[in-house]
Amino acid sequence: MHPWVGAGPDDRRHLLDELGLDSLERLFATIPQEVCVDRVDLPPGQDEDTVQRALAAVADRNLTLSSHPSFLGAGVYRHIQPSLVDAVLSRAEFFTSYTPYQPEISQGTLQVIFEFQTLICQLTGCEVANASLYDGATSVVEAVLFAHRVLRGKRNRVLVAQTVHPVYRTVLDTYAGAVGLEVVVVPPGSDGRTDPGRLRDEQACCVVVQSPSFLGVVEDLPAIAEAAHASGALAVQVVTEAVSLGILAGGGAFGFDAVCGEAQSFGVAPGFGGPHLGFFACAEKNVRQMPGRLAGETVDEEGRRAFCLTLSTREQHIRRAKATSNICTNQGLMALAATVWLEALGGSGLRDMARSCLARSHELKRRIAELGGGWRLSYPAAPTFNEFLVEGPAGGDELARRLAGDGVLAGVPSRRWGGNWPDGLLIAVTECNRAADLDALVAAMRRVS
Amino acid sequence: MSVPNDLSYTRSHEWARVEGNLVVIGITHYAQDQLGEVVYVELPEVGLGANAGEELGTLESVKAVAEFMSPVAGEVVEVNDRLAEEPNLVNEDPYGDGWLVKISGSLEEDELLDAEAYKELLAEESH
Amino acid sequence: MKRRALRDEPLFFELNPRRAARQGHLLPPLDVPDVDPAAALPQTLLRAPVEDFPDLGELEVVQHFHRLSQLNYAVDEGLYPLGSCTMKYNPRINERTARLAGFADLHPLQPDDQVQGALALMWELEQALKAVTGMAGVTLQPAAGAHGELTGILMIRKALEARGDSRSIVLVPDSAHGTNPATASFAGYEAVEIPSAADGTVDLAALAELMDERVAAVMLTVPNTLGVFEHRILEISELVHRRGGFLYLDGANLNAFVGRALVGRMGADAMHINLHKTFSTPHGGGGPGAGPVAVSEALLPHLPVPRVVREGDHFRMLWHDPNSVGAMRGFAGSFLILVRAMTYIKSLGAEGLRELSGVAVLYANLIRHRLRGAYHLRYDAPSLHEVVFDDSIQATRDIHNTDIAKRLLDYGFHPPTMSFPLIVHGALMIEPTESASPEEVTAFCDAMLEIAREVERDPQLVKSAPHDTPVRRVDEVRAARALKVRWRPEDRG
Repeated sequence: MHPWVGAGPDDRRHLLDELGLDSLERLFATIPQEVCVDRVDLPPGQDEDTVQRALAAVADRNLTLSSHPSFLGAGVYRHIQPSLVDAVLSRAEFFTSYTPYQPEISQGTLQVIFEFQTLICQLTGCEVANASLYDGATSVVEAVLFAHRVLRGKRNRVLVAQTVHPVYRTVLDTYAGAVGLEVVVVPPGSDGRTDPGRLRDEQACCVVVQSPSFLGVVEDLPAIAEAAHASGALAVQVVTEAVSLGILAGGGAFGFDAVCGEAQSFGVAPGFGGPHLGFFACAEKNVRQMPGRLAGETVDEEGRRAFCLTLSTREQHIRRAKATSNICTNQGLMALAATVWLEALGGSGLRDMARSCLARSHELKRRIAELGGGWRLSYPAAPTFNEFLVEGPAGGDELARRLAGDGVLAGVPSRRWGGNWPDGLLIAVTECNRAADLDALVAAMRRVS
Repeated sequence: MSVPNDLSYTRSHEWARVEGNLVVIGITHYAQDQLGEVVYVELPEVGLGANAGEELGTLESVKAVAEFMSPVAGEVVEVNDRLAEEPNLVNEDPYGDGWLVKISGSLEEDELLDAEAYKELLAEESH
Repeated sequence: MKRRALRDEPLFFELNPRRAARQGHLLPPLDVPDVDPAAALPQTLLRAPVEDFPDLGELEVVQHFHRLSQLNYAVDEGLYPLGSCTMKYNPRINERTARLAGFADLHPLQPDDQVQGALALMWELEQALKAVTGMAGVTLQPAAGAHGELTGILMIRKALEARGDSRSIVLVPDSAHGTNPATASFAGYEAVEIPSAADGTVDLAALAELMDERVAAVMLTVPNTLGVFEHRILEISELVHRRGGFLYLDGANLNAFVGRALVGRMGADAMHINLHKTFSTPHGGGGPGAGPVAVSEALLPHLPVPRVVREGDHFRMLWHDPNSVGAMRGFAGSFLILVRAMTYIKSLGAEGLRELSGVAVLYANLIRHRLRGAYHLRYDAPSLHEVVFDDSIQATRDIHNTDIAKRLLDYGFHPPTMSFPLIVHGALMIEPTESASPEEVTAFCDAMLEIAREVERDPQLVKSAPHDTPVRRVDEVRAARALKVRWRPEDRG
């Protein structure tokens, strides 16, 4: 008998009587004996208190980001979580409900999605946005396939800046191989930026850049959009640090055809990699090619405003073999988290948080530039938001190790996945890094030199 | 179900009518009824060449997407631009203002059904 | 009994219409010198202030979402009998363990020695899923069931490439969920339908004819979307393997036999497991889910990276493997969902899993027994954890499955699944799961029987339903035609 199984032994006997059966096993007669087992090879179940203790012990074997000054970024960022975000997320009406296919009893979920879509449009500068995708990496795949469809399958090449997150590019390679797209990688220049002049290709369906890039560098988005369009390709911007949109304009403002990426910074825990929150926004004229779910506004029979999922015919459950994507479940609860987080901060709060990130990052760059001892900014002239590359007296892996030994999670080694840039540490700074954190990092760096 | 006598039909529920050296194509009353209210029509580009039986475009309703085929081999000469703003014309007037595409080419009469044969097809399908 | 009045809740963008300055959250003060963005970044790249992104006070935000939440039905409210969705109870302990700082506050790129607990948990979950399925290996990467399907099909493709065999077709039953053919076509295969036999299972003769050297894989759901077990599964897998193909199983219906039967013994080469179905992780209003894929020996070399490997007492994240299919998403998996599933499995254990599938199947058969006669049962074959009726009896009075579903809302239940399987017109696919009390299941049956009676004596009542929900039937045609997917400043009016 288990608390999560609604019928106990007495109940079961009673119900079996009603069905005229002498045992439960009769109901499983259609399963061939050869595949059946008396029990699977797992230990017996345990009570809640025991399970909780066991898992807490496992959790204790991990070093958390808040336990030490930490400056890890590279696609996943630590930001302040207003307590009300988790309070809202914990409402059973939100987290134990299903996809809103019955709009009459899902207006809460649907309105949240509509608000999320609007916020993403406002921040990216694009006209329409979907209800979320799995994560930033798969959003890039979806954006590339989108571009391919918009150009009616006539161009099979994709130009991708090498400074799009290497993990994202690995995922793109996996999918591109499956669908027969050619991926051409464009390395950054010695200034850490992608040269728009290298982005002209009449065979490319799209040009994909990340800004701020994997190196933290802010790209020349207007020039990139122009270069892409001059060759008849779509321009796609990838964003991994969504808080950057509190200060920097999203690509929609510069005519980018799609802006996609990772919105984990908006109220979603780093969570050792997931679940996170992919987003996708594009121009309204291409809305029918957009992947994923979409909530739309309409009215009910009595003229009351209501929301429902719309353009579902693009999705797999109706179009089947011709669907625009095979996404079914998306990241609904994470989109709720982002919506609550953004609405809790408000427009001013997001801007203030972004400014805090910029100021702290700027201060840290200044102090590192003055450090000496083999430490230097790799791209001192490049504009950055809250992440930048530094080189030191050893390689990136070694630096990370030594600084960790000194109690600081200093950054991500920049050449974990290769790349046309120096071997150093990617350092990310957010509003969570108080002055004491900066002091600790600089002091630890000094001790390494 | 309305089945005008002066049109030719396909087994996939398109109708065809000759207009000079062009063939005008649409979907039948039965087809629009099955599909439900049309919310969007994806029409081919003018100039597109197609073989008989090839997909020209799609019709979307809330619950389904259906392709429509060309009954002839030829080139798309004109498409019904009104459908961008008024996709409902396909439901309201499937044989008239709800036409889809005009394509150059001639009808292979033996490949198509006349009104009687199409009515028989409908009778079979409803069983 | 009626609920109290619920206010219409405006959109966030309609709140604080004067755009007055308010504070929703106080950030820590700046303890470094402030920087003017125009001084640090190119002016042309700075954003213009977002108009109409208002500031609200904290309680205002709380109330906005509280009121919205009241418009939703949820598992915590009552039965959610959606076929093939397995809307079981989401245990609260899962929410506790997933929120432990030692899990939530970890960065995926931290060095292995800092995250041994997380790596150990992932490895342990893999072992548990291997035990549940009887398969040789598991990938925890996929973010959802459909994602798992794609992962599995791509691994199959990789395995075929590795032996120099290029095939172009994937066979899918006509009863399958739409993700199956969508996945096949996404992966570059042509999806070809296998017809169902009269009893709703795969037509074996048809399969034998279709299964040739061009077929890379056959995708089956067991039990299928009718709740009927493919009892000839061993013949099917033998046939598929004999002709050099792979068998992919869609694990959406695993709740029917978890703890009782092993897909590894059925000849499966890959099966995705929906953790948000069988293993109780929450549906969240549309995700996040997780779709780990269990694989046979043949596919083991091609598991995605990064993945966890064990070296004695130590765990390591493996990032590179030339035989791997590649990476299907960023990082190694939706870790906090995996924590919930691990919590669930530890809590239930072998006996608990066996117990839950027993009750899931018992309840579904109870519903089948009680509703039969009032509703038409299209396929007579024995069904397991879900049962599919159709609306053909009610259709004689021009009442369809949608109408029945909307009327069920008035009774305080979520409707069953209706949009598939496509082979049943007017389907009502009911999956109660094991979580509910017998009284709750009875209340659902009573409501369905009452609706059947209403169809006889007052069909208009059903046709015009729902009456008692926050909104009545919505105009989905208008939503698609006059597409409005965001609020705009012009809407302020």
